[in-house]
Amino acid sequence: MSRIVGIDLGTTNSLVAYMEDGFPKVIPDAEGHVLLPSVVAFTADGVLVGDAAKRQLVRNPTQTIYSVKRFMGKGYADVKEELRYFPFRVLSSEEVVRIKVGKREVTPPEVSALILKALKERAEAQLGEPVARAVITVPAYFNDSQRQATKDAGRIAGLDVLRIVNEPTAASLAYGLHRLTSGIVAVYDLGGGTFDISILKVKDGIFEVLATNGNTHLGGDDFDRALVDWLLADIRARHGVDLARDLEAMQELRLGAEAAKCRLSFEERTVLTIPFSQHGFTYRREICRADVEALIEPLVAQTLGPCRLALADAGLSAEQIDEVVLVGGSTRVPLVRRRVEELFGKPPHSQLNPDEVVALGAAVQAHILAGGITNMLLLDVTPLSLGIETLGGVMSVLIPRNTTIPTSAKELFTTSVDGQTVVDMHVLQGERELAKDNRSLARFELRGIDPMPAGMPRIEVTFLIDANGILQVQAKELRTGKAASIEVKPSYGLTDAEVERMIEESFAHAEEDVASRLLIETRNEADTVIRATERALGQGKELISEEEVGGIKEALAALTAVRDGSDRDAIREATDRLNQATLRLAEVLMDSALKAALTSKRVTEALEQKSR
Amino acid sequence: MLDYFAVFELPRKLQIDGEELQRRFYELSRRVHPDFFQTATPAEQARSLERSAMINRAYRTLRDLVSRVEYLIQLEEGRETREGTTAIKPRAPVDLLEEMLEVQEALQKAKAGGLDEATRRRLAEERARLSERRRAEEASLLQLAREWDSALDGDGDRTALLERMKQALAARAYLNTVINDLSEALGEETHTHVSHRRH
Repeated sequence: MSRIVGIDLGTTNSLVAYMEDGFPKVIPDAEGHVLLPSVVAFTADGVLVGDAAKRQLVRNPTQTIYSVKRFMGKGYADVKEELRYFPFRVLSSEEVVRIKVGKREVTPPEVSALILKALKERAEAQLGEPVARAVITVPAYFNDSQRQATKDAGRIAGLDVLRIVNEPTAASLAYGLHRLTSGIVAVYDLGGGTFDISILKVKDGIFEVLATNGNTHLGGDDFDRALVDWLLADIRARHGVDLARDLEAMQELRLGAEAAKCRLSFEERTVLTIPFSQHGFTYRREICRADVEALIEPLVAQTLGPCRLALADAGLSAEQIDEVVLVGGSTRVPLVRRRVEELFGKPPHSQLNPDEVVALGAAVQAHILAGGITNMLLLDVTPLSLGIETLGGVMSVLIPRNTTIPTSAKELFTTSVDGQTVVDMHVLQGERELAKDNRSLARFELRGIDPMPAGMPRIEVTFLIDANGILQVQAKELRTGKAASIEVKPSYGLTDAEVERMIEESFAHAEEDVASRLLIETRNEADTVIRATERALGQGKELISEEEVGGIKEALAALTAVRDGSDRDAIREATDRLNQATLRLAEVLMDSALKAALTSKRVTEALEQKSR
Repeated sequence: MLDYFAVFELPRKLQIDGEELQRRFYELSRRVHPDFFQTATPAEQARSLERSAMINRAYRTLRDLVSRVEYLIQLEEGRETREGTTAIKPRAPVDLLEEMLEVQEALQKAKAGGLDEATRRRLAEERARLSERRRAEEASLLQLAREWDSALDGDGDRTALLERMKQALAARAYLNTVINDLSEALGEETHTHVSHRRH
């Protein structure tokens, strides 16, 4: 089995890491750079990613896309306010954001896929083996659409995304592995475009998230914008020139402002010098830390509200936090550190590099999934309440925010008109009372209901949030026990068909043979199921009847027989049949695991110790 | 109906040692969490997801006294209701009926056209008094929980106890609503979804 890598897909920079000798390591490129700028340039000579693309920002501003993470899982209406800060063109549409580059239109998941692909290739070059599976991090406060968009990006890049993990919790895993923190830990994560606060209880290798909060539209980018606006006004006053409409000059100014901001984290004052030769002057300006602090103070203050809400949801006061951990490049800003220290009343940890710690944690989670670590377990929560729209446009909450995932809720639906065969439901995420004030995730149509008098059908819908924080919906007609078919219309996401088309396109660009690629994938899947079945039989053969064992062995033999052939459908069919045959074995195994858990020696001993 | 107490191999008692419940929750999670089934058969993966979700729900329900009592009532009466909701309707405590009418009237007025300083002060006082009463209802719930546990061991009128618990919950739910309404009228932020507090 190939290695699973951990990827931090950041707003400004992205990284890839893996586990070696029990510790996570970030993977550098050929020049030794660890950070891959999250920038993609579409040039006449092809697509550039990373540093090469970053160099195109000034030369080729309309075709060079940066901070695309801010657009993931969003609609045009969500982002139109901030489009004036971006030189590239975003098309106005009802649904998913689309960016115009040359004659092409690309969606944010496709752009992110190019970044992921560059990281995948970097890892393959370094490890000398193909990399096909990854854990990718997202901000804890990302909603379902944003998570799904990230997963889609992985698929388009040719990665099997085994887990979407939250950035602050990934960071806590990295700290936990190094035994740097324990007790009640607050992770304050301020990156390039997003802010998260997560409060965890770290005990006996369990990382239980108690509450999380944040703002997916607040980060270092916003600090830069505040500084750019201030510099623009200064340039107008001193040189009588308005640079706001000059896209190239604006990129120069943005990059200059960003660099100055970073220097001011370590120096009290710095000088910004930018030659604007097109306009016939060189702009030179001394900036002190206090200037920038005055500009960003209100932005930093905006992070404190979510911190207090997370504390309230965890039922804790600031004094009850044992340790505070800083994550994300923007936590290098001294003002941020001061405000965090004031809020929690203790100096924060930052021993692990705040740019790298999330990727390191993702590699740890990847190693847990690979079975390499068995004594650590992350129990995360869903950041936002999930509900459905009910009569009168009110949101009815099915799963409250900060519920430990995976979790599920059931709801009964019926018809309101005689003979009705389709029932609609509108699924939402958010904390407001009215449906329209919350985030629309998707509209579902339950189809194929037998025509009956109104109110007679009883359709049980199960809403399940998996360990990725992504919603799965299943429906069952209770009288017949038959699964109802569901059609999903994601409000701000790509449909499965669209993602598949993008995968094919991305292979076409890479001039790979799609058919052989798909065959390999199908065979790999078959191998996984064969191995897993053999293992399960080894564990629990005696728990089921001989007849059932025979059925499984038969299906196993049938799959093994077609596995090496080139008929993809036959392999898939045989795989499905084997899956079906193992259903009961799986149930029996899981129940015996549950029973064993509470009667195991460990618990008994713990109980005895306690009663003494 | 699935018995969450049985999931943790606990009797249906309302006084639960939080630390012990947590230890059992962690132990079960270590056995069934999807993280440990990445290389298992798809059927096992689906089971693990389902079982994990169930254990998480069970833990969330039992770790908090109020939701624990609500759940026990459903369990004892064999009613199935949606997760996170309760079959218990908010009801004003009988001794507060008259007072509540006055408060509702003042609230209506506040909605229609602002508050004068005197009314504002009165509503703030009212809120403090009702919050005190809510604490009293919660304390009585704790007392009833103790009585329930001893009734389980020996004999006691369990049906009557369930009834009294329902009354305390209904009063508490009613007080919650009024206190939230008062906070809103006073122009203060309220939490729409009340989270389950930890101990």
